[in-house]
Amino acid sequence: MASATHGDQSGACPVLTVTSLEVRRGGIGLLRDLSFKLSPGQTALVTGANGSGKTSLLRVLAGLAVPAAGRIDWRGSAVHRLPPEDRGEIAYLGHLDGLKQEFTVDENLEFCRTFWKGRGPVEPLVTEMRLESCRHRTIRRLSAGQRRRAALVCMHLKPARLWLLDEPLTNLDTRGTEVVLEWLRGHAAEGGIAVVSTHRPKRLETAASIEVAL
Amino acid sequence: MLDVLRQILLRDLRLAFRRWSEVATPLIFFVIIASLFPLAASPDEAQLRSTGAAVIWMSALLSSLLALDGLFRADSEDGSMEQLILGPAPLGLVVLAKIVAHWAVSGVPLLVLAPLVAMSFYLPLTALPELVAALALATPTLSVLAAIGAALTVSLRAGGTIIGLLILPLTGPVLIFGTRATELAALGEPVAGPLYLLASLAVLAISLGPLITAAAVRTALE
Repeated sequence: MASATHGDQSGACPVLTVTSLEVRRGGIGLLRDLSFKLSPGQTALVTGANGSGKTSLLRVLAGLAVPAAGRIDWRGSAVHRLPPEDRGEIAYLGHLDGLKQEFTVDENLEFCRTFWKGRGPVEPLVTEMRLESCRHRTIRRLSAGQRRRAALVCMHLKPARLWLLDEPLTNLDTRGTEVVLEWLRGHAAEGGIAVVSTHRPKRLETAASIEVAL
Repeated sequence: MLDVLRQILLRDLRLAFRRWSEVATPLIFFVIIASLFPLAASPDEAQLRSTGAAVIWMSALLSSLLALDGLFRADSEDGSMEQLILGPAPLGLVVLAKIVAHWAVSGVPLLVLAPLVAMSFYLPLTALPELVAALALATPTLSVLAAIGAALTVSLRAGGTIIGLLILPLTGPVLIFGTRATELAALGEPVAGPLYLLASLAVLAISLGPLITAAAVRTALE
């Protein structure tokens, strides 16, 4: 795994370019002069201690927050000014699962599939994540791990080229972790890009091509 | 785009029916306030007839406050709003769909209940269609104002209380024209004037409100 830290450059044909990024939250500076580039097929592992700004970085990359300074370009356009049709290229999974508690797993997945005009059928993903037995249970009746798996399936349904995953392995068992690693490798093999934050990099480093240490 | 609007509208309507108590509470509140008024004032027919319009509109306004807080809070707390922001439609359109759903579950039932309550205030039957028309024009404006208030306070823990303080002063014109239309209808006079004004407010609210609300949601979630 190559290591890219602040200001490093990597990749021949970058589609995600972060330049001199500065992120502040609540008046406190979290990131300063952060630069990196990602080309198709690359996965960046964002590492750092709690409070180092991993989540803030992913939110800024998703266009959910505006940086204090610097620039983030996705395929040549500033990410927070992307038109809605291009925002579909970005899939974001944060700490919150984004699932409706009152709906069953199936109802949530069906909404994700139709809302994002999702790729492929839902069934193989449900089977891979071993959610068959709880498809008709509401989200509020699932364990934290099952909820996370359902959220990951929802994320995977979005036909996105850029995956932004914030601690995706939280609450997952060994099998769930393996599936996520397989998905990350498959996404990279298809030319997709992923930025994955974690405070336990060892579990994810086999799927990563560069590291962004905060 | 319209497909996205339809999907969010259907999703929010289904969610509302799963949380039926949240839908029913404001309506029950509306009936209770309107029913308590004669107990506090006087059951005299002439007095009830003269104050009926004001009581109905104040009750509708206050009860609509109860349904506000959940408009964006649930989506914000479970992470759905982040996913909707990253969706394939402009956030203004998403917000519009949510406002329509909110109106369908909070405004439309009021159109059904209000004539029944109005009869208990001795409003003539001939005035009921005008009352329903006035409410049909006013409740979309109330839903838009509710959305703006809910968006501005979505990141605040005590948002529900603050929304009332934020939007009640803005509902003044709706209250004035709505009450006036009902009073004129009760007297058998033409109500076109206040109804046109209510319609103008609704057009203004529906055209600008979703954009303002979308900006507020985006800022609140940053």
